[in-house]
Amino acid sequence: MSPPLALSRSVSQPPPRQPDRLTPSPTAPPRPPEKLRTLGLRAWHGKTEVLKGVSLQLLERRVTAIIGPSGCGKSTFLRCLNRLHEVVPGTRVEGKVLLGGVDIYERGTDPARVRGRVGMVFQKPNPFPTLSIRGNVLAGLRLQRSSVRDADELVERSLRQAALWHEVKDLLGRSGSSLSGGQQQRLCIARALALRPEVLLMDEPCSALDPIATAHIEELIRELGESYTTVVVTHNLQQAARVSHDTAFFYLGELIEHAETDALLTKPRHQKTEDYITGRFG
Amino acid sequence: MDRFAKRALVDLVMRSACTLATALALAPLVSVLAYVGAQGLGGLSWGFFTELPAPVGESGGGVGNALLGSLVLLGLAGCFAIPIGVLAGVYLAEFGIGPFGRLARFCADVATGVPSIIVGVFVYSLVVLSMRRFSALAGGLALGILMLPTITRTTEEILRLVPDSLREAGLALGVPERRVILRIVVPTAAPGVATAVTLALARAAGETAPLLFTALNSRFWSTRLDQPIGSLPVQLYSYALSPYEPWHRQAWATALVLVALVLTLNLGVRALTASRKELR
Repeated sequence: MSPPLALSRSVSQPPPRQPDRLTPSPTAPPRPPEKLRTLGLRAWHGKTEVLKGVSLQLLERRVTAIIGPSGCGKSTFLRCLNRLHEVVPGTRVEGKVLLGGVDIYERGTDPARVRGRVGMVFQKPNPFPTLSIRGNVLAGLRLQRSSVRDADELVERSLRQAALWHEVKDLLGRSGSSLSGGQQQRLCIARALALRPEVLLMDEPCSALDPIATAHIEELIRELGESYTTVVVTHNLQQAARVSHDTAFFYLGELIEHAETDALLTKPRHQKTEDYITGRFG
Repeated sequence: MDRFAKRALVDLVMRSACTLATALALAPLVSVLAYVGAQGLGGLSWGFFTELPAPVGESGGGVGNALLGSLVLLGLAGCFAIPIGVLAGVYLAEFGIGPFGRLARFCADVATGVPSIIVGVFVYSLVVLSMRRFSALAGGLALGILMLPTITRTTEEILRLVPDSLREAGLALGVPERRVILRIVVPTAAPGVATAVTLALARAAGETAPLLFTALNSRFWSTRLDQPIGSLPVQLYSYALSPYEPWHRQAWATALVLVALVLTLNLGVRALTASRKELR
């Protein structure tokens, strides 16, 4: 896979008890406030336990990359953060996900409202083929039956934020599926941003794109990370290094290590993290 | 002979076989259409579409009432079968994973295979006997029952072709599930559903047996739903069974009109769904 980012070093110290190194310590500089926190999050697909109790804290206005080998539960973790995991028949979620301090899995919470606050961008671009570019950007608000004031301005702002405005400003009536793959993905980002989400989830947003489109999207993630709490699932370690402040390493449904990206990729504390980033498995 | 020459030969043989099979499959279709065209074209005139059938011995006459009757029957069948069938298809595609869904799917599959004459007898005993008369209503109901399982199952299949990624995209935008289905999934599948409905209508347009027990036939203009009504297939049937040469010519012309009606239905919906491209 990727070239080793951390060259083999001897790891003699035992793995730390506490995988979450982001808990603020009295000596550390002040860190941004917490936006999202999972507590003992467990998820099942049928009888298979895909997530085995993940507790992870995500800070406001930071990009967190989730890395790990295929099947380690990264996508499932992401889909639990906006209650999308449960829409697949035969799935189950346990534990807590605190969004701004309130559990989104609390009884009586409407999943649709949660999803309106937590935007998501998928692996493959999925614009609505029956809607125009403009219609795609407005889809969330219109289909939620929210009143859209100043639709033109909202469309322009969202498309500008997604760095797509200049390419499509004269084609707003065209079908969303008439765009190239990279443009479609930015349209999907604009569609998510139009709802002004508090958190932006991205599930391998570049894996269906060519290198140039990937560079566009990565640039975009870095920019968006300044105003949105962003979580990016990726199995590209360089991408994690390029776009994220923090990185969490998942293995077999468990959170192994969570640290600032530089620290995790160059000085992993855990043997499994080191094995993964040096390419010994995955 | 080297490997490549052998491959080329096998390719040639297989391709010829496939071409031949296609030609064989098309031959009956084309010859039926050509024969109906050749035999029926001579009997066509403007009056044929607008006039009532002429008694034996008189020249002229047409199938105007039967054409209207067929449209009335298809309209009735559509009013009955399209809403129920499409909604049932949506249910099966989106919520039909439980035992009730499996049962409904099984029943629809069995119903697709029921011979149309049995549907005719069923509606006869249910509607005709209790109303004590043959009626357009009974005919429309019989055709509708025939269309229902086809519409249900094809609608389901077409909705299933809408990628889950679109459903998830809608859900992830905070849209309630029912509105995702109504505003995203169904519109995406609409052209396919329209085609499925037309195919069912086209098939029903040619049904004769169930109408013999239900709508019967009429030689007069009628749009009353509680009275017997004429239709192209039944008119064709009675013309063709008659011993009179002029009526045989009328039968051929009726056959041509029936084929043209089915063809128009197909092409019409295709044009309609192709032009329905304006985006919101």
